[in-house]
Amino acid sequence: MRTSSKRWFAVFVLPTFIAFCIAFLVPFIMGLYLSFCEFRTVSDAQFVGLQNYIRAFSENSDFINSLWFTVKFAFTAVISINVIAFLLALLLTRGIRGTNLFRTVFFMPNLIGGIVLGYIWQLIINGVLYNYGYSITSNAAFGYWGLVVLMSWQMIGYMMIIYIAGIQNIPTAILEAARVDGAGPLRTLRSIIIPSVMPSITICLFLTITNSFKLFDQNLALTAGAPSKQTQMVALDIYNTFYGRIGSEGVGQAKAVIFFILVAVVALLQLYFTRSREVEN
Amino acid sequence: MKKVRFSNILIFAFLLCLSFVFLVPIITVLANSFKDKFSISQTPFVLPNSETFAGIENYIKGVNDTGFLSAFFWSLFITVASVAVIVLFTAMTAWYITRVKTRINQVLYYLFVFSMIVPFQMVMFTMSKIANLLSLDNPFGLVLIYLGFGAGLSVFIFSGFVKSIPLSLEEAAIIDGCNTLQTFWHVVFPILKPTAITVAILNTMWIWNDYLLPYLVIGSDYKTIPIAVQYLKGGYGSVDMGAMMAMLVLSIVPVVIFYLTCQKYIIKGVAAGAVKG
Repeated sequence: MRTSSKRWFAVFVLPTFIAFCIAFLVPFIMGLYLSFCEFRTVSDAQFVGLQNYIRAFSENSDFINSLWFTVKFAFTAVISINVIAFLLALLLTRGIRGTNLFRTVFFMPNLIGGIVLGYIWQLIINGVLYNYGYSITSNAAFGYWGLVVLMSWQMIGYMMIIYIAGIQNIPTAILEAARVDGAGPLRTLRSIIIPSVMPSITICLFLTITNSFKLFDQNLALTAGAPSKQTQMVALDIYNTFYGRIGSEGVGQAKAVIFFILVAVVALLQLYFTRSREVEN
Repeated sequence: MKKVRFSNILIFAFLLCLSFVFLVPIITVLANSFKDKFSISQTPFVLPNSETFAGIENYIKGVNDTGFLSAFFWSLFITVASVAVIVLFTAMTAWYITRVKTRINQVLYYLFVFSMIVPFQMVMFTMSKIANLLSLDNPFGLVLIYLGFGAGLSVFIFSGFVKSIPLSLEEAAIIDGCNTLQTFWHVVFPILKPTAITVAILNTMWIWNDYLLPYLVIGSDYKTIPIAVQYLKGGYGSVDMGAMMAMLVLSIVPVVIFYLTCQKYIIKGVAAGAVKG
């Protein structure tokens, strides 16, 4: 079978591979190269070495600020999403009446798109702040917490589903044995449940970290970076560098390369650390 | 025993309150979509009354200003076509590169996995230029781009599942005279069906809501729903809050209908997709 089916490569792999090249592989390689060039369109590129990378940091402090804002946001959002999602998963695996209904409600926001979510929360937050004479763009702290609340509202349900699946996979015999041995609820949680759901924790951390770093739509709709770019995250800063003014496309591409490396390193480090804590069942 | 039941009642009450908190934003937008545009921003938490009630005026204005009906059509077309193409082609690719172990296929597998962690910003500029160059800047070309961009995750999920299918089934089909395509179509694809549903759900959630990719590739010639909503904000100096609320409601309704009809598959799909990852 091995050799006879090699001929089928064109049928099975080529359509996907061609699309993959057009949408990802070629743009990715070109993007790497162009980050060392000055260009307006992709055909007038001139090699300029590391100049774009230097300009990304030296021209103004937008990039550094957006990096810092993104890291701060991701830190808070990842903790709030995972803690709340895990607690909800614990509550929803106790066989309480209405479990399915609650699960349905908590997951629903996840299906709504980022742009729509952004405008929904803009209305809510501005409505609350109006009573005190503020709006979401009057202070960067409002935008920061607004984004955290929005992101939590969107992602908690998704992570909760993954945690529920993980908790339900724990063999009841182990939980029973722990109870017989006299372990209280906290002890069971620490010694049985958390170690058993480590694979779920790995994947939830991965999804929340990468999604928090890559956040764009919600950021654009909720604050669009206001006030004065203080709530601008990296993805939005890169977008504005590319399309905001002519002549800085190369800088935008250099920022994108740095962004890619940052996301890849953070994601791989996290996978490495949590994977090493997983226990084989 | 009694203690346990009491704590369950407490938890039930807590979850009920929390559900309400989760639903408040959506209810608020729904209520405001029936108010006249001047009484929305300042008092969003007041229900419409005889003075502020605007009927479906906001909906008519929003639908006309944004071309919502055509946006809905294009969103539906792009999502359905892309998801169908992704499921079919990536299932074939994943099966082939998992079963036929050549050096090239292994490199391909790692390329697909690699593409999953690359942020869209890394390729957005060059990709939209290439799409222009190849005349892919229309809803049909977008389907091809989505196949390429969605291939990473989909191939990865399918591959994980293919590994668990016993080889003997495929060998039996070959002995019975199936060629490779027939083996895939009659034996492998039916087994992959639950995974195909997972892949379809995850891609639907992504493509239906995607804003930046279609915006950069086709601009506002063929608006999708997220582009239409954003257009309402960008197109005019000040936003017509009434029309905005109506558009938000109209964007949410199809999603909620989809969710309530396919809920079982969506929740299973999300959990299954995560386990494979």
